[in-house]
Amino acid sequence: MIKLSRRSILAAAPAALALRVYPACAKDYGPGVTDTEIKIGNTVPYSGPASPYGTIGKAQAAYYKMINDKGGINGRKINFISYDDAYSPPKAVEQVRKLVEQDQVLFVESPLGTPTNSAIWAYMNQKKVPQLFVATGATKWNDPKGHPWTMGWQPNYQSEGRIYATYILKEKPEAKIGVLFQNDDFGKDYLKGLKDGLGEKNAKMVAVEGPYETTDPTVDSQIVSMKSAGCDVFVNCGTPKFAAQGIRKAAEIGWKPLHVLSSVGNSVGAALKPAGLDNSKDIVSDFYLKDPTDTAWKDDQGYKDWVAFMDKYYPEGDKTDGGNITGYSQAQTAVQVLTQCGDNLTRENVMKQAANLKDFVLPMCLPGIKLNTSPTDFAPMKQVQMGRFDGTRWQLFGSLIAGAVEHT
Amino acid sequence: MELLLQQVMAGLAAGSIYACMALSVVMIYQAIDHLNFAQGEMAMFSTFIAWQCMQWGLPYWLAFIVAVVVSFIGGVLIERVLFRPIHNAPVLSNLVAFIALYGILNSGAGYLWDFTIKQFPTPFGTKPIFANGLMDAHEAGMIGVTLVLLALLYVFFRGTRLGLAMRAAAANPESARLVGIRVGWMTALGWGMAAAIGAVAGMLIAPVVFLEPNMMLGVLLYGFAGAVLGGLTSPGGAVAGGFAVGVIENLAGTFIPYVGRELKLTIALILIVAVLMVRPSGLFGRNVVSRV
Amino acid sequence: MTVQSEESVTVPTAPAVTDITVTRPGGLRVTARHLLIGAAVLVGLILPWMVQSFVMFQLTQVMIYGLAILGLNLLTGFNGQFSLGHSAFYGIGAYTAAILMSRYDMNYALTLPAAGGVCFIVGFLFGLPALRLQGLYLALATFALAIAMPQILKFHPLEGLTGGVQGLVVIQPDPPALLSFLSSDQWLYYFTLSVILVMFAAAANLVRSRTGRAIMAIRDHPIAAAATGINTAVYKTLTFGVSALYTGVAGALGALAVAFVAPDSFSFLLSVSFLVGLVIGGVGSIPGCLFGGLFVLYVPNIAESISTGLAGAIYGAILLLVIFVMPSGAAGFCRYAVAYIRRSRTPRNANQH
Repeated sequence: MIKLSRRSILAAAPAALALRVYPACAKDYGPGVTDTEIKIGNTVPYSGPASPYGTIGKAQAAYYKMINDKGGINGRKINFISYDDAYSPPKAVEQVRKLVEQDQVLFVESPLGTPTNSAIWAYMNQKKVPQLFVATGATKWNDPKGHPWTMGWQPNYQSEGRIYATYILKEKPEAKIGVLFQNDDFGKDYLKGLKDGLGEKNAKMVAVEGPYETTDPTVDSQIVSMKSAGCDVFVNCGTPKFAAQGIRKAAEIGWKPLHVLSSVGNSVGAALKPAGLDNSKDIVSDFYLKDPTDTAWKDDQGYKDWVAFMDKYYPEGDKTDGGNITGYSQAQTAVQVLTQCGDNLTRENVMKQAANLKDFVLPMCLPGIKLNTSPTDFAPMKQVQMGRFDGTRWQLFGSLIAGAVEHT
Repeated sequence: MELLLQQVMAGLAAGSIYACMALSVVMIYQAIDHLNFAQGEMAMFSTFIAWQCMQWGLPYWLAFIVAVVVSFIGGVLIERVLFRPIHNAPVLSNLVAFIALYGILNSGAGYLWDFTIKQFPTPFGTKPIFANGLMDAHEAGMIGVTLVLLALLYVFFRGTRLGLAMRAAAANPESARLVGIRVGWMTALGWGMAAAIGAVAGMLIAPVVFLEPNMMLGVLLYGFAGAVLGGLTSPGGAVAGGFAVGVIENLAGTFIPYVGRELKLTIALILIVAVLMVRPSGLFGRNVVSRV
Repeated sequence: MTVQSEESVTVPTAPAVTDITVTRPGGLRVTARHLLIGAAVLVGLILPWMVQSFVMFQLTQVMIYGLAILGLNLLTGFNGQFSLGHSAFYGIGAYTAAILMSRYDMNYALTLPAAGGVCFIVGFLFGLPALRLQGLYLALATFALAIAMPQILKFHPLEGLTGGVQGLVVIQPDPPALLSFLSSDQWLYYFTLSVILVMFAAAANLVRSRTGRAIMAIRDHPIAAAATGINTAVYKTLTFGVSALYTGVAGALGALAVAFVAPDSFSFLLSVSFLVGLVIGGVGSIPGCLFGGLFVLYVPNIAESISTGLAGAIYGAILLLVIFVMPSGAAGFCRYAVAYIRRSRTPRNANQH
């Protein structure tokens, strides 16, 4: 193991995170780093009910392979170690401890899921290992003071909820709202954001709260209740399968509300097509990543690069699955941080560089979206854009909306 | 009042799925005297086979038949290869074998066909058959098919020699052997039939819930609940139980204030357990009397 | 001299005596079994000094799962009442410990009896209606409990207590001042080890006592047991309570080890894991529970290391293989092996005279 130099020990003090980048002239290695290799850890559910998200881990692994084929980062190859946590918090703790204590990774990149990340939160901060770009939109990850070693990535769910509230108040101020959401932390986060955005006096606008469990076969009952209660706005925060069921059932019973769909369930290929493209007309949603099944991006260079990457490095991956874009983009963000580190590859510097992203552009993010972080702002992506579905593709409208909700 | 009617209709529509599954569960229970945890996964796998056939260009009905036949053969093979060697093992060991089968089928399907949801066509079309579209042609068709299957099974088990032989083999293997019934093959036949029925159930359910490897877990839970509610010895009871579970859950979710939405599954299960308190063998089940 | 020892060995009643657990006044029989247990405890005591911290975490979890499986074993293996709901008791135990520690600042050691007590009451109360149900119907009722638990834990009005979907963070206990050279992980390991030893010994004692025999009689011949005057209702509900107590204490230990509780950690899939561990270890075998815990923790990791895409399928294949080779679990296999060895030695004895 390479010993830490005195400089990097000084850098461990939280105050150092506020310093500017210092010239990386000497080589400083943290655990998992040699002249030729950097070890990165990751946990994703490859098995169990959340196994659809396993493809995010596979996409990341494929991306790092591509980077290694191109020579690595500053001459070092990435050794990406990804374990299965089965979306179970105890398992996540076990696997992350293995990554940190046995595999000695430099940092853990994009562990997936809110309960799993909550379980390892304290451990990672105690051991001072960067928990970067967590693959969940829960709001609590943006907490530089309380948890200086944890950083989020995507626009958080509460922000999105508030954006929906703002939109609804503008379009239909007297609306009755029905909300479909998953009965867990991510679903409830959306609901909270929506309610907070509506404000005290408008809280009554939410007429029907329709939670569902992942073991529910259908959500028909919730949709029927919403129509019956006279709701004229439908906020659909389901995952693709349940979002699609919601869209289809609404069409079947002849209910035509103002339909606001969350970014989790708005993939054309994974949700709208099975639900019926005609049934999906005029649905409004928010985006931060390009939808791979949307022909709008046909000639876009970022999209073409992604397709080439999938064809070569992850051919068995599903090109209609947004998870493969998420994994690709998360890996790119990590690569940017490592590139910024240069030869100073300590955990402290990794965290510092992660908190030092300035107008970083990801090729598969919507044009105009820039990632920004600072020592007091651990939410890299804050902007989304709204779009309306015209029956074939999403038509983006308006301008980029920013909204980061601070950790409460 | 209108909401009540609507939720009952929606409950019946959902219940038709559970009834189909419950029938499949009771069918295999009668054949092998065990509850098959992997029943849902077998149905899901069969549906994927049908889907794959259609991707390769076969028309719906041909794919349907292929899936049912392949499932039948698959069921027989699974019994012969996996469960025959351990049929003398304790009940709980058999249960673990079912769990293993679940894992293999679920993981295998995910590996072969991915986890993104896929559309599965319905032979009945989707025209709504009630004015406000609460039940469409497919859901009505599903109820119809379930009832037809139920009738066929009833005739088979009560009216044919083969059916009688299967019932004897499951109820009392020793005596059945003594009268010349080949118990091993009866069990295999039971598995094959259960797998085939499961395939039909899967292909009816997939158009509603969308086809993906995890689609059957919730359905299986509700199917079990319905089967137990109706009584594991009564196929008709299982079907009734399935419908009942669908309606109860919908009504609980809609009308019980405050707790209903979040706890509707819990409430439905509590009601079922309450029913079991009063009738420990299910609503329509026969009390099994054993000799001391 | 050799003639004398031969004679003592060939006393016909000798093989039978070692099986009967009649305690002789004043004597301490040291059998092979005792030596094995002693050796295992010794290994358990020195292991933390030989392995890395996270392996200790895994071993602590193995012991915890073993304890939970023992709870299930008491009910299903020894008393014949089929339960798919032990994940609920595990969850109740875990949440009791977490709530007492985080909201009421209770000392971590006291949370164990508290969790055990709460679970005993819940188990007992559940055992009452369970008296009416047999076999698969009981399985469904317990299954309903397992499914209801995450929903109840997420229930909005209870959020103030349970933390709702966000869960509760538990602070890992530090070693006491006397043993401050131990790390937090090591202390938790030894703490868990001592709890396990006490509870396993208690269970072994229970099983060998009159109560234990009554419990097993109810499993094997319920009608005959009732006919001989055993109050089956009392024994069955008490067993339910004790079984829930054991799994609840395991849950509390689990909360300390993982330092976090969340509703979806305690779904019915956990019940299924317990069942698998029970069968693989050996239904009705107390040491088998630890083997079951070992299996349930490590084999999914092994399956994953073979192939991440097909981890579930490989796990299933391994399960099937184990069931084929050891249909009665590891304990059954050991019994079979020991009997085989004994049988292959008897010709020698029989030929003596």
